[in-house]
Amino acid sequence: MARYGMVIDTRRCVGCMDCVVACKTENEVPEGLNRDWIACDTRGVFPTLHMEIRTERCNHCDNPPCVTCCPTGASHVEEPGRVVLVTPEVCIGCKACLASCPYDARFVNPAGYADKCTFCVHRVKEGLDPACVAVCPTYCMHFGDLDDPHSEVARLLESREHHALLPAAGTEPRIHYLG
Amino acid sequence: MRELILTRHNDLIDPFVRVWSWEIPLYLFLGGWVAGMMIINGYFLLRGRHREDLCVCSVLPGLAVVLLSLGMLALFLDLEHKRYVWRLYTTFEIASPMSWGAWILLLVYPALLAAALVRVPPLLRALWPSLDRLADTVSARPRTVRAIGFANVAMGVLLGTYTGILLSGLGARPLWGSALLGPLFLLSGLSSAAAFTHLVARHAEERVLLAKSDNVFLLVELFLIALFLIGLLSASEAHIRAARLLLGGPYTAVFWVFVVGLGIVVPLLVQSLAVGHRIRHTALAPVLVLGGGLALRFVIVYAGQFSHWAG
Repeated sequence: MARYGMVIDTRRCVGCMDCVVACKTENEVPEGLNRDWIACDTRGVFPTLHMEIRTERCNHCDNPPCVTCCPTGASHVEEPGRVVLVTPEVCIGCKACLASCPYDARFVNPAGYADKCTFCVHRVKEGLDPACVAVCPTYCMHFGDLDDPHSEVARLLESREHHALLPAAGTEPRIHYLG
Repeated sequence: MRELILTRHNDLIDPFVRVWSWEIPLYLFLGGWVAGMMIINGYFLLRGRHREDLCVCSVLPGLAVVLLSLGMLALFLDLEHKRYVWRLYTTFEIASPMSWGAWILLLVYPALLAAALVRVPPLLRALWPSLDRLADTVSARPRTVRAIGFANVAMGVLLGTYTGILLSGLGARPLWGSALLGPLFLLSGLSSAAAFTHLVARHAEERVLLAKSDNVFLLVELFLIALFLIGLLSASEAHIRAARLLLGGPYTAVFWVFVVGLGIVVPLLVQSLAVGHRIRHTALAPVLVLGGGLALRFVIVYAGQFSHWAG
């Protein structure tokens, strides 16, 4: 079975927010809320500073705490691709999943259910890339099957140094950042 | 130096998580308090002391039903998708503490109602004569009473522990990343229940017994708080940062003044003096214990949401 993930080249990302706009347009994300966003992460001591600009979203973790804590099964892992999704009409809006996500990737949709990135599964099922990946002007985002050694994402991870966010949280995120 | 700037401004999430407001701490407090009432009442039923004129057996079960219902109302008010609340009972998610809690709450009600039947308050007996006959039948059967007592102790332990595990099961918040939250909330619930019974007890013997028990519960609670903090301080960097929220950070004053000082240490001293016949039993200590129990839930829920894995 496929295991979808993303590889994002932080050396190419300029933080233009095209991915953010594309997601909001494609998924009709309500005003004032975001399924994806830009992070500017600066570390070091002046003048030796290192800045990483990256696009972030739900990490569709292999060990998703939002799924295990859900009392109704609304948060679930769906095949193909083992994508973490929410079924709105099963969600009671208890917000346990929001509290359990170390990436703060979820929010409450004004309709009352927990909302988040879906990896645009409706597009992926038609053979398309997620909207954010499709519009990226610097081609910094790559989407595919992490378990397929011939996929672009697997080859990038094989050839470049990479890291994931908050590995200590133990969620095994499936979005990897090339340094 | 690290500076992290996000373009995200999601409601309830940014700049820090505050998904749970007053409803959840209140629910956790009432749940723990009811759990304590069930354990204390169950213990008295197991000892066959329901024949005595004690508030434990006549007041606690009925009041616990009311308090638990208020807690569930608070939980319901917190839900964002209220019309789908029935979905809780269409599945059992074995890994979800909240799913366990939903089913435990469903089992707690029959145990409480059965306990309420063992010794029905005179007012209710006068209102419903048929209840009177049923209560007499139940209370005249020692094995049935013991079974009800056992069920109340067992369900009380499950309910009280669950209120803590509900939080510690959410690994994303380092402050909640301790298995001690279950026992801590259970002890706090027992202490609240003992304090309340101390407050309403009509007889000196019952009052002294509950005050003595409360002192033991408060001491164990203090010990568990110390272990909780030591556990966080000896874990990862994120856990140490979380502990510092209570040790010099923004939640320090409220935690040490209202939870530890006024909620545990002062009532412990006052009740020790009262038990030793140096001062009279007053409402001061029980009221402080109840306030401390409520403050504990508020501090842990709010500070926990503030804690984060990211530096």
